This record gives sequence, C-alpha cells and structure tokens, in this order.
Amino acid sequence: MTYTQRFDGRKIDELRPMEAKIGVVERATGSAMFRIGKTYAVAAVYGPRELYPQAMQNPLKGRLRCNYNMMAFSGSGERVRPGPSRRSKEISLVTEKALAPLVDLTAFPSTVIDVFVELIQTDAGTRCAGICAAALALADAGIPMKDLVSSVAVGKVGGKIVLDLSKEEEDHPDGATDIAVAMSTRTNQITLLQMDGEVSADDLKEALQLAKKGCDAIKNVQIQALRDRYYQEGNNE
Amino acid sequence: MGLFVQDKDIVVPGQELAEGMDYLPSGDVIREKDKLISIKVGTVSINNRFVKVIPLAGKYTPKREDLVIGEVVNIGFSGWRIDFGWAFEGNVSLKDAVAEFVEKSADLTKYYNLGDWVLTQIVHVAGGGKIIDLSMRGPSVRKLGPGRLVRVTPSKVPRIIGKQGSMITLIKDSTNCKIFVGQNGYVWITGEKPEQELLASEAIAKIEAESHISGLTDRMKVFFEEKGITRKE
Amino acid sequence: MNNVRKDHLLATLAKGVRYDGRSFQEYRPISIEYKISSKSAEGSARVKIGKTEVVAGVKLEIGEPYPDTPNEGTLMVNVELLPLSSPEFESGPPGIDAMELSRVVDRVLREGEALDFEKLCIESGKKMWIVIVDIYPINDDGNLFDAAALAALAALRDTHFPAVADEKVHYGKLTTTKLPLKHLPLSCTIVKTGDAFLADPSRVEREFEDARLTVGVLKDNMICALQKGGDAGLTPEEIHHMIALAQEKTQELRRLFP
Repeated sequence: MTYTQRFDGRKIDELRPMEAKIGVVERATGSAMFRIGKTYAVAAVYGPRELYPQAMQNPLKGRLRCNYNMMAFSGSGERVRPGPSRRSKEISLVTEKALAPLVDLTAFPSTVIDVFVELIQTDAGTRCAGICAAALALADAGIPMKDLVSSVAVGKVGGKIVLDLSKEEEDHPDGATDIAVAMSTRTNQITLLQMDGEVSADDLKEALQLAKKGCDAIKNVQIQALRDRYYQEGNNE
Repeated sequence: MGLFVQDKDIVVPGQELAEGMDYLPSGDVIREKDKLISIKVGTVSINNRFVKVIPLAGKYTPKREDLVIGEVVNIGFSGWRIDFGWAFEGNVSLKDAVAEFVEKSADLTKYYNLGDWVLTQIVHVAGGGKIIDLSMRGPSVRKLGPGRLVRVTPSKVPRIIGKQGSMITLIKDSTNCKIFVGQNGYVWITGEKPEQELLASEAIAKIEAESHISGLTDRMKVFFEEKGITRKE
Repeated sequence: MNNVRKDHLLATLAKGVRYDGRSFQEYRPISIEYKISSKSAEGSARVKIGKTEVVAGVKLEIGEPYPDTPNEGTLMVNVELLPLSSPEFESGPPGIDAMELSRVVDRVLREGEALDFEKLCIESGKKMWIVIVDIYPINDDGNLFDAAALAALAALRDTHFPAVADEKVHYGKLTTTKLPLKHLPLSCTIVKTGDAFLADPSRVEREFEDARLTVGVLKDNMICALQKGGDAGLTPEEIHHMIALAQEKTQELRRLFP
C-alpha cells in the first residue's frame, strides 16, 4: 500500500497549522507557547539563577537545564503517570542538546538557566514543538543566542518522505520511519537528530532537506511571534 | 554589503544586521565572518560604524553605579547580604555602610536589620556577576521606610523614569507619593494615603503595559486628569 | 527581623484599601475556556482568576470497585505545582503544598458529590469507572485553591465517556454521554490578614496571610468541605464570618456554570 494521499489531506511537504505566542507565563523570566496541529507545548525560562549544589557551578559559564514533561491527561491513550519517566528524561536531555549550541552562557558564570517544557495536548512531534517553544522562551528571557532553534519531524510513511508526521501517520499500518530534527537554519547546524525505523542514506538526505524547508517555515512563525510581542516598542518616541 | 536594518528596527536572535567590514559589532551584536548578528530581541542602535542591540527583554544584570532596591537577608560580622533579584546576593561591607567607628562585637542590626529594604548602589561587580559589592554611602542611597513593592520588567525602567525623570516626576506630583525606582525593576512606593499609592501603582502598571504606544506622557497626563488629579505646577 | 512590607500591607488594609484596588470581598475577573486538550483528554478546561491560570484535564479508566463500595465508581484528584508556573515551585515529587491542594480540591468535589458515584459503577463489585482529574497551575498569582477547584469542576463538566469495545477503553473516541454530575460544589478561599478578611487572595496577600479558610459550598449553602491554613488561629466567630462570606461569594461564582 503506497501512501499517496496523507490522512489529513496535507501535501507531503506541508506543515500542520502553527501558532506561536510569547509571554504566556507572567512569573517566568521568559515564556512562549507553540502549537503545531493538535500538539500544544508551553515553555518557561527562569534565570540566570544561582546553581545548587554549588559544587556543580561552572565559574566560566552558566548551565542550561531543560525539563520536558507531558501533562498526565495529554497522551493519546491512557493517563500518563506523573513524574519523570525514562522517555521524558531522555527528551529533556536531547532538548538541552538541541538548544545549547546556539545559546551563549559565558555572561552568566556559576548560574543555571532553567527551561521547563510542558505538553498540554499531544498529536506527535511533541519534542519538536517543545524545542520551538523553548527557543522562543529563551529569546523572551533575553538569553544571548546566535540563532533561534526550529524543530520538526520528517519521516517515511508508506514509502513516501513526508514532513511533520501526525500521530496517525506514525501509526501507519505499513510502518513509519520517524526522524526528529532541530536546527539553526542560519548557521545550518543540525542540533537534534533522532530516528525510529529504517531508512536508506539517500532517503535520509531527502528527508533532511525537507526538514530544512520545514524549519525555515517554522522559523518565520517564531520570528513573527517575537515581532508581535515587541513590534511597537521599537517604533516609539 | 552594508546595513540590512535601520536605527530602531526590532531584531531577533540570529538576525543578520550588516555585511562587510564597514560596520563594527557593539553590545549584544557579534561578528561571524563578514556578518554582524544580533544575539537578543531588541532595537537596533547605530552610532557611526558601531551597531548594537538594546535588549527589550530579560532579567536585570548588575552594572556598576546602578541604583537597585533589595532586602536585607543576612547579617554577618562585617556586613550585610542583600537580595535584589539577581542570581547572587550583594554584599554591603561595614565600611560602605557606616561612617562612624564600629566595635568588632557591635550589634549591626541597629543599622540595618533583617527584613529591611534599601535603595543601594552597586560599586563593584566581579566574577561575572557572582561577586557584587553594594554601598549605602552617598546621596542617593537610603533605608526605605514602610512602603509597597511593585516589580516591573527591567527593560521598562527607563520609560517609568522618563526623559530627565519627567515621567516619574509626573507620577510623584500627581499622587503625592515618594517613589524610588531601582534599575533592577523594583519600585518602592510610599504615600500618605493608600489611595494615592494605589494610583501610583496603577500609573506604573499602565506605563509598563503601554510603553510601546507613542505619546505616553500625554496619555499619562490624561490618565491623572480623568482621576480628578490637578497637579501643583 | 523587620517586615516592612507586611507592616505596610496591614496598614493599607486597616484603611480599607487593597493593593489592587478591589473591595475586600471582590474576586478578580474569572474566565473559563473548555476543551483545551480535547484531542488527548476526555474533558479539559482552563480557568483564569486575574493573572492566576490553571489547566485541568480528565482521564477515565476502568477498574475494580473498592470492597466497601462495590456499587460506586471513584474519583482521583492530583495537583502538581509545576516549576514552570512559579520561581518558588521546585522540581521533584509533589511537596506538601501540592498534596494539600490535591486533598482540598478532592474533598470539595467528593464530599460535595460533584459526581454521581453510583452511576460510575459498570458492574457491581467487578467494574467501575475511575475518574482522574489532573490539575496544573500555569501561572501562580495567588488563590490557586479556588482556581484549581474551578478548573477541576469545569473539566468534569466537559467530560464525555470514551468508547468501550471488547472490555477495553478506546481513547480518542468519545461517546455523546457526559459524566453523571450530581451537585455543583464550589470552593471559596478567605484569608485573614491583620484584621481584614479577604476573598480571592492575591499573591502578596497570600504571602503575608495570617490564617486561611477554604470553604466548599453547595447550591443550598450547605458546607461540604473546610480547610483551615496559615500560622494564626481563628476564633469561632471569625470562622462563622468567613463561612458566611464564602456562602455569599459562591452564590456569585455559581453564575459561571449556567
């Protein structure tokens, strides 16, 4: 069975509808929400603040610490048991690694910058949506960044390379290959790469080109959200 | 080649501001090969060949000579520790607080006690912000009397103060309150009547919320007029 | 130890003024948004009280009834104080504040019989519905108690049963059948700060509260839950006064659920 028409009618290189908003958690240093399709992530940044225990402090630069969590009701099946799981800890780690190369924390020695990502609703691509929200929250927190980070999943569904898999596509009866990608489109660096399934080297090449195209479009949404938040402040007196 | 942005444009992290060697990076702008890149959300400021970004967001970071508002949270043998919202507490040493000679075993709480709030000045920043020395000597610093604390985004502090202090003077004159503004975004309001303090805090909240709309000073004058305030000119 | 901020708050309240200009018994504006996680949860809602924001979602599971209540389903309420929502909340297992909040919301809903537990029984002694409400603050600007209780109630009112086939729950396929709701217990929190009794305490009012009373109230003004908090005691007269206030305020809150 070849996959000619996507379940939700999208073109193979089409992203789901997106929405981004800055400043959704008043008490955080910076915050943002990012929604793609029915996947809905909120991120908040606190810091720089003093890192405890002090033995973990780095006198040369601050530490980035990410925490990814799915709200208990946000899964597509049974309730997700609260508290960290092996999955959420791994995603926390790769989120950190996806953001760290673009973030410059040399101005904040001995501190920690905490990034909390919460998923309110999920429909595939949760770590990618979390990274998009986290990058915006970091920008809103005034943390120096060489570029925004944009993230999307690509993959192979029923023999076709497609952009931004939905949950239904991930569960395709013929199997699906799911590749989570994050990148800085300006510096052309890939900072997150994870894959489930199998793919040829040629297909991977095509998939990564598609991911770049997707990240370009996502970045435009991210930039627009930042501009919407701050636009008029610059055009002022 | 040349500039991609104009003075006062809003830029985002990673945005290319200029190309070539005609321009030089200044605050929150970096050079990568032949390009100048913004590393923050902010407004562009071009001064001759220098391009910098004035951040529109972020936590207050301590700078020498800044006046900040904070709370006494610890007292040692030779000074006080002040929490002013930065990642690390600041230190006021005895010599930077008291002019008179103080015996070694003296009770320092008679000068500044735990839970006191102060307007203090940063005199030294070291270790990338880990070591902050504060001073309680000089014309501007003081122990703060009973009052209410209002927190604002540090990047909005210049709007609350206004040009040559015009905005804060307008609020003070219209409300009869004493108002101290720390560069850290902490504002201390003391008035004779709670209604006046409430009005001052509402005015500050309005400035914070509407600082991006032009004609702010005029709108604040209207705000006070609508509240039935006639200022002593 | 001085507390110039608390002293000043007390002096302001003594003159009849609240820091945000509200009257002592006035709530901040409240809004409720439903179906914020309708793809994932069987019911969900977001509640804002001023700048305080809480989300809640409901998941349903099938389980075996407890031996002492073979003909009833059950309810679980869980609040997590996310470090995302406040610099004061720490990562890790739920602390005592989160547990108290969970227990108080649970008490209001359970003792106020928000649900018809008997209708949640599928087969006597064998199968029942377990209704699990998970509540998360997004922003803490005071009065998480009432916001959490309202969010839980709103999420329950939004909940539909999922489809069941071959004894298994088919998540993502909701039926048109709503949860069997019985009563509408509402929570109202009054704090005592100095001599002032304040409804819907803001963050600064909670910071300096002397005593707190959360009251669960039903439509006919019956009291279905009580939780006293804070470091100071309350006289019986003060408690009666606070309960009367809560009864009055919950009559107003009831309009949120027409």
